[in-house]
Amino acid sequence: MATMTYSGVEVEVDEEGFFVDPETWTEEIAGELASAIGIELTEDHWSVIKFAREDFVAKGETPTLRRVSTGAGVPTKALFELFPKKPAKKFAFVSGLPKPKGCV
Amino acid sequence: MPIPSFDDDGDRKVTIILSQGSLESAYAALIMANSALGEGIETHLFFTFWGLDLITDKKIDHMGVTPVGNLNMGMPQAVAPIPGMASVATKMMKNKIAGLDVPPLREFMEMVQDSGGAFWACRMTVDMFDIDESDFVPGVKDIVSAADMFNLAEGGQILFI
Repeated sequence: MATMTYSGVEVEVDEEGFFVDPETWTEEIAGELASAIGIELTEDHWSVIKFAREDFVAKGETPTLRRVSTGAGVPTKALFELFPKKPAKKFAFVSGLPKPKGCV
Repeated sequence: MPIPSFDDDGDRKVTIILSQGSLESAYAALIMANSALGEGIETHLFFTFWGLDLITDKKIDHMGVTPVGNLNMGMPQAVAPIPGMASVATKMMKNKIAGLDVPPLREFMEMVQDSGGAFWACRMTVDMFDIDESDFVPGVKDIVSAADMFNLAEGGQILFI
């Protein structure tokens, strides 16, 4: 287990860098996480992040791309534009959630 | 300083050849295509023989499971061919799949296409089944030969289902 310092706060992350405890994430940290992977957050990113975090609390796991698409009302194509190449892993990271486990 | 590595891992590419027309084969192809696309891998799907059902508008919603000859289903093989058994098995599997939050085939095809997947139809099968582009679901890029498919797949991985 490693630690990272984001916005002056020390957080625990797994060996790849995903948050171990989503509770240690704050909205202030999100911007720094995003820029660390080359993303500048817009309102559309935020609607994905907010849905993903709410859904994690409700379901106990990081939502799949399809769940985010239907739940947050963001089309699949748009998700690939907002979080290029690896959308599910990228929104999970920026939202301070564990790496997604689901296949679909 | 562990930050997840989202860099492109080179130009990864996969071509999935679907030759079967069963529900479970279709899902196997789509789940792998979807996973590949989610990893940033360039993904092509080549539909041949009964795999063509998945891009045929009249067939896609009626693809099923056959319990005949499928010993893994645990259904006695004397019972499997009885009329209605295949539709019962298909319904059961569709329910299980929906329960896992996995979309029906038509929606799944749209999702894979929206994620950047490319669909190709096999020239010989199209001629053999006497169909054309007007019979396809939206988004099929072209009808191509096996040779074209190899050119598309060049440098990547090929999966045959």
